Amino acid sequence: MSHSSTNLFSPVLAIFQSENPGASVLSFFKQLIMPVIGILVFLLIWDIGAKNIHTSLGTFPGPVQVYEQTLGLIDEHQAERNKEVAFYERQEKRNAKKLAKNPDAKVKIRPYTGKPTFFDQIGTSLVTVLAGFVLASLIAIPAGIMIGLNQPLYSALNPLIQLFKPVSPLAWLPLVTMVVSALYVSKDPMFAKSFITSLVTVSLCCLWPTLLNTAVGVSAISKDLQNVSQVLRLSFMTHVVKIVLPSSIPMMFTGLRLSLGIAWMVLIAAEMLAQNPGLGKFVWDEFQNGSSNSLGRIMVAVLVIGLIGFMLDRIMLLIQKKVSWDKTAVLR
Amino acid sequence: MTTTHLELTGVDIEFPTPKGPFKALDNVNLKIKKGEYISLIGHSGCGKSTVLNIVAGLYQATKGGVLLDGREVNEPGPERAVVFQNHSLLPWLTAYENVELAVKQVFKGKKSKAEMKAWIEHNLELVHMTHAMHKRPDEISGGMKQRVGIARALAMEPKVLLMDEPFGALDALTRAHLQDSLMEIQNELSNTVIMITHDVDEAVLLSDRIVMMTNGPEATVGEILEIDLPRPRNRIELADDPQYNHYRAAVLSFLYEKQRKPEESGAAAKPAKKEKLARNLQNDTTEETTGAVSTAETTTGNDKVKAA
Repeated sequence: MSHSSTNLFSPVLAIFQSENPGASVLSFFKQLIMPVIGILVFLLIWDIGAKNIHTSLGTFPGPVQVYEQTLGLIDEHQAERNKEVAFYERQEKRNAKKLAKNPDAKVKIRPYTGKPTFFDQIGTSLVTVLAGFVLASLIAIPAGIMIGLNQPLYSALNPLIQLFKPVSPLAWLPLVTMVVSALYVSKDPMFAKSFITSLVTVSLCCLWPTLLNTAVGVSAISKDLQNVSQVLRLSFMTHVVKIVLPSSIPMMFTGLRLSLGIAWMVLIAAEMLAQNPGLGKFVWDEFQNGSSNSLGRIMVAVLVIGLIGFMLDRIMLLIQKKVSWDKTAVLR
Repeated sequence: MTTTHLELTGVDIEFPTPKGPFKALDNVNLKIKKGEYISLIGHSGCGKSTVLNIVAGLYQATKGGVLLDGREVNEPGPERAVVFQNHSLLPWLTAYENVELAVKQVFKGKKSKAEMKAWIEHNLELVHMTHAMHKRPDEISGGMKQRVGIARALAMEPKVLLMDEPFGALDALTRAHLQDSLMEIQNELSNTVIMITHDVDEAVLLSDRIVMMTNGPEATVGEILEIDLPRPRNRIELADDPQYNHYRAAVLSFLYEKQRKPEESGAAAKPAKKEKLARNLQNDTTEETTGAVSTAETTTGNDKVKAA
């Protein structure tokens, strides 16, 4: 079960868990052969294809250029960090001198305002997507349970859900931006406006799969278990906690994983369009920059976006396996 | 002990269908004494389960009603615990936790934590499930699941125990074993029980009275048979008992002569159930299914069957 070929990490784990490491190493390599061949063929086609595409910004980046740009981005990040450290050290020295001259002097530490690097942008995007996803889940799961338990409520809300579900984030974005500007007014804002805008846009778009799947899971609870609940005269809360939630967990997680995937896709688009900090802005800035390195750097971002999306889904799968009561179910 | 404990009076039920109301039960009357063990027997589709669900409060009678100790029954409740055919344990809870859910619900504020724990363990012990009480339903066999289902119902200390074909989904050997366990428990607790069954042997072996239902639609109580056999009953001894065989013959004659199932509806609706009834008929001569258990026990002794 854990040896399913879809799980990239399971062969690695199997080696450590096995009583016969030799045989597992062998089966590990056997399982690895096809994915490795797939990746190598892809790299080859990419390399040949890239050499034949000439754009105004030079030849399309192949695997080698992308590798070089990755190293370049890492160097840039480290350089920026070193600058930051140096900046704070200078301030501290200056303040120490001031205090030595005059112990009553007012000293200030100014924050470093350097340009965010690629990795800073990844961090911003991850924080935003998780915040938006959590907000959406906090709304969608309880709402899904209510809708699933209450048929009239479901009938009332279903047309609205179907109407808003297919709306693209780009359509929401101008409205969300204006509403956030109008309503989120404070002298000392805890979050940046751009963060709130991205978060709300992400939430609006990734709410629906969780909502619908939870509702379906809840309404599909077996009649037998509902009878048990009735005979025991379980209170509404006990009924929800002991019977509704556990039995709808598989469907709920199907929804959550779809939602997180959508959230990640929506976020990149929203950042790009609204100039909110994050990976989307990085891509847009590189595009506007138009140097000979830009396409390579954008390609690095594309791969990183894919990799992060994949990892987010794997993490959800791990959580699902943890909370699912049915350990025999094959989850992928 | 002789006063009426549970009373069904003129119970009718109609289900709305696109073609108009469908009358499933017509004028069902039944009086049950405290501590009495009643079996409801009849062909499939005759409304046995509907009667049980009305007593449980899961369905509402269209006309007439149910009185339990002089109080009207109009909603489900733990004083009328149900053992469902498909065990209906919560698959995400262990055997212990399943019983605990019921006990916490019924004895909240009446028993201390330690008392509740002892009570849960006592009930699991009654059904011989102490060894597997921390296993989840998917880790134990069908018979064991049904034992836990019975323990859960018993733990509610119900006034009436309702059993909807409790052993219907089990194989013959497991079924016999569970019937013995149930008789043992019944000797100790003397619960009032209504049990639905398809199995003539089961009905005669376990019951004080067998209520035979006519075919639906508009099913009602056909005949009631008093089973006047001394307890504790032993299936091996009873196999040769003329009185026991007389009771069996009476039930069989009701089911297959007076209430013969119309061929077309029987064959079309539920062929599996029909086959099962046919097997019951054959028991007289070929000693199949439960009959085979009796012969096995006479040769190998009770212990071996229990071990199985």
